[in-house]
Amino acid sequence: MERKNKLKYDAIVIGVSAGGMEALSVIFPGLPKEFPLSITVVQHRQADSDDFLIQYLNNLSPMLVKEAEEKESLSSGVVYIAPPGYHLLIEEDHSFTLSVDPPVNYARPSIDVLFESAADAFMEKLVGIVLTGASADGSLGLKKIKELGGLTLVQAPETAEHPFMPRAAVQATQIDHILQLNQISPFLLEQFSVHS
Amino acid sequence: MKRTQIENIEIELLLEGIFRRHGYDFKHYARASLKRRLEAIVSRQNLNHISEILPRVLYDHDFMNDFVKGMSVTVTEMFRDPFVYRAIRKLVIPFLKTFPFIKVWHAGCATGEEVYSMAILLKEEGFYDRTQIYATDFNRSSLRIAQEGIYSIKDMKQFTQNYYKAGGKTSFSNYLYSKYESAKIQDSLKKNILFSHHNLVADGVFGEMNLIICRNVLIYFDMDLQNRVLSLFHNSLCHGGILCLGSKESIRFSSVWPKFEVIAEKEKIFKKKYENFGMVNGTEKQVEI
Repeated sequence: MERKNKLKYDAIVIGVSAGGMEALSVIFPGLPKEFPLSITVVQHRQADSDDFLIQYLNNLSPMLVKEAEEKESLSSGVVYIAPPGYHLLIEEDHSFTLSVDPPVNYARPSIDVLFESAADAFMEKLVGIVLTGASADGSLGLKKIKELGGLTLVQAPETAEHPFMPRAAVQATQIDHILQLNQISPFLLEQFSVHS
Repeated sequence: MKRTQIENIEIELLLEGIFRRHGYDFKHYARASLKRRLEAIVSRQNLNHISEILPRVLYDHDFMNDFVKGMSVTVTEMFRDPFVYRAIRKLVIPFLKTFPFIKVWHAGCATGEEVYSMAILLKEEGFYDRTQIYATDFNRSSLRIAQEGIYSIKDMKQFTQNYYKAGGKTSFSNYLYSKYESAKIQDSLKKNILFSHHNLVADGVFGEMNLIICRNVLIYFDMDLQNRVLSLFHNSLCHGGILCLGSKESIRFSSVWPKFEVIAEKEKIFKKKYENFGMVNGTEKQVEI
């Protein structure tokens, strides 16, 4: 119980677009089953995508990887993936809401929509991460996370399969840490691991 | 005080004002998606804060109309989630065909794409002439678009793909008149559809429906309001009536869960259980067993 108080952060949100499956499959194998934060991911994909991405990531991750469900409460140690064709938002009671409002940045789910709602829900206890992608989605969301006191991380653009999205994020706001892809899970472990 | 907390005060005052002035109750909408819509209105109207919406909705009639429109912009497609329509063809239509005449309620029909999809499906199943469809929404400008049935030609590629994936039996273009940049739904599909204004938050039961379709509406409501609307649906269905929700919605955690059985899990199709007989909501119903 006591160790919980040492944790400055409650949740991680990740936004990723083109090149995402490879990037996520580098990060998730490095995080243990009992990782003390929840991780919520928007990966841009086709509205009629099946659950291949989720099964694939679940197979190579010690953490449980599942689709985020409407009204479900976030739990630590779980990776939630936004369902295709819906925006995913986080409520102040730390449960999920879905919407079919128009696409934002041509995307549904949109990273900005997740990040901005998560920033309101977790305020300074949120970590936002922008990874590889060919759109500017996520920049405004990361900016809001920073404004509300959260921690901002971006994949080093030169190491991203598609550098446009991390570059846009770096230009939009102050980034706390710019990390190479293979440094991200060691960094998260070091920052948040309960045993260190 | 944090910005987020101040915004919460603004939102609560605004919703109370709208309710007392206009009777629209948004207080049980899911807060995160509602806030996003309010922020979109703030930016579209060049305002700085959500609280600046309040004087406008109190005094400016046109603004209020625009506000209601902004509170229910959803984007849908004809035959959205084609696998759902395949399941309806396979699992629901054969059952509905056992009735001489059926009533369908499409609740929260928005701009009508999914209503016409159902009309096409019923027509192809040879059943349209024995059907009355009630299509309702609380947004009058969406209803007008639905009633006109005119869609952008740009959307037709997606709609056509969906139609075939949904098990369409002829050519999708048979159902449309195309002109310039628009495609208009054929009048023969409209004749058994009645579009009307109905607010799920405030209005009552629609009686004795055989099929209720309400897709991607409940996701905008909090748990309390979801429960209220689901019991409205339960009371509006005839015994053995079918309820079809959005693919990411469920009744599993709701108060009406024991009163339905699952017809198709992934497609979110449920059937109201038969009760032996007795009083249902004050109306006496005799049911054959």
